[in-house]
Amino acid sequence: MATQIWKSIFRHDFEDTPANRGKVIRSNVFLHLHPLRIPKHAMKIRFTWCMGGITFFAFLVECITGILLMFYYHPVIEYAYMDMKYLQFDVPFGQILRNIHRWGAHLMVMTVMLHMLRVFLTSSYKPPREFNWVIGVLLLTLTLLMSFTGYLLPWDQLAYWAITVGTNMGAATPFIGVEGPFSLVDKFTDVRFVLLGGTTVGANALLRFYVAHVIAIPAVVFVGCAIHFWRIRKDGGISRPL
Amino acid sequence: MAEETTAVQTKTAPQKKKKEKNPHVWPELPFKELMCAVLVMIVLIVWALWLDAPLGEIATPSRTENPAKAPWYFIGLQEILVYFDPWYSGVIMPSIIMVGLMAIPYLDTNPKGVGEYNFSSRKFAVINFLIGYFMWMFAIVVGQFMRGPSWLFFWPWEVWDDTVHHEEVLLTNIDNNLSLICLGIYFALGFLLPKLFRMKWAKNLDFMRYSIVVTLMLLMYMVPVKVVLRQIFHVRYLITTPWFNI
Repeated sequence: MATQIWKSIFRHDFEDTPANRGKVIRSNVFLHLHPLRIPKHAMKIRFTWCMGGITFFAFLVECITGILLMFYYHPVIEYAYMDMKYLQFDVPFGQILRNIHRWGAHLMVMTVMLHMLRVFLTSSYKPPREFNWVIGVLLLTLTLLMSFTGYLLPWDQLAYWAITVGTNMGAATPFIGVEGPFSLVDKFTDVRFVLLGGTTVGANALLRFYVAHVIAIPAVVFVGCAIHFWRIRKDGGISRPL
Repeated sequence: MAEETTAVQTKTAPQKKKKEKNPHVWPELPFKELMCAVLVMIVLIVWALWLDAPLGEIATPSRTENPAKAPWYFIGLQEILVYFDPWYSGVIMPSIIMVGLMAIPYLDTNPKGVGEYNFSSRKFAVINFLIGYFMWMFAIVVGQFMRGPSWLFFWPWEVWDDTVHHEEVLLTNIDNNLSLICLGIYFALGFLLPKLFRMKWAKNLDFMRYSIVVTLMLLMYMVPVKVVLRQIFHVRYLITTPWFNI
């Protein structure tokens, strides 16, 4: 019976044979992101810097710590800041949970920037991998937006004024911002109003940023990552010298 | 995919000795990935134990924070606000950067260097990308560490005291006609010189790609040009119109 349970889950045995090495990868949905064999240089840290992988790992850390933080956080202005204090002083491991979430976000932004640098320096955007670079740039933008929307949630002075400065840029958009050149809109119909659900940062802005931060943008990032990883394989695998 | 490659090789060159196969991914690569993950987790936990995430006082709309700084990854844009109006530095410029980045693979027709760190065969691409990249980092460092209240400049070792030693510099606008002539020369030279000097990268691009590359380059280098004009020649705007200023 033990064998039957093992086999029903893993579909290969322990013995280190070439066939099993293939099966381990092929029969596991997560490991299956990899091809069965890969050029030697592609496994070297000095080639990839592991930056794409670390970025994805940081994203997973953000998801897990983020879900845990959601248990303690109310996206309303009466509670948001109090919840930060509650995390700091009352929730077991609350402060360290919030710290990991914050520093993990910083790490993710740094590693995604370094990942772009590495892909550029190894010419890995060249045909046939052009479109995957485009998706990568979109994912970089989404990473920045995730961090930006999360920045408002503690509802402290830093958050409030940073988001005020940031969203005032929206009001300066040409044509569709109230203070921008050639403005066609008033302050109740412009970009900033769409971002904030108001003309200034308030309760609606907090709710909008919360929804964008915890579900809307991460959902798009997940789909983007799926396409990004799938296309590495479909566009000819990791880049290699011709 | 690795098998596909070998299949093609055997079809085209059956007489050759079978090339050595690529190594198996298992167990080397997943092990390295696991080690990376463990290392990152250690770094994050140590970082989180050592430094607390910042938390200011509760948000008070009636009390302005000075300086009100964006998170560090956006502070580069905030720093550029000193030199350009918000519609350009906050909206148009980031849009051009993002679209420009996405366009790179379609503009760079040089096939060399794939899968290796190769500088000598793609000097133009690498140099200009790195310049852009480090301009971004530089703007972040200046904005984060050298800007105090009212966005005044302070060296990192100086105390943020906005009452001393900051004289108001009188900024002037350049006459529109003069600026237009200068900008015309800037763009004309930018378009002509690479062709005139028969630079390798320029020779290999068709007209469409060449125009886009040169335009993007000239827009990128407008930023340091404007910084110099502003800091050394105290110029506020190059062009003033009733609708917008640059």
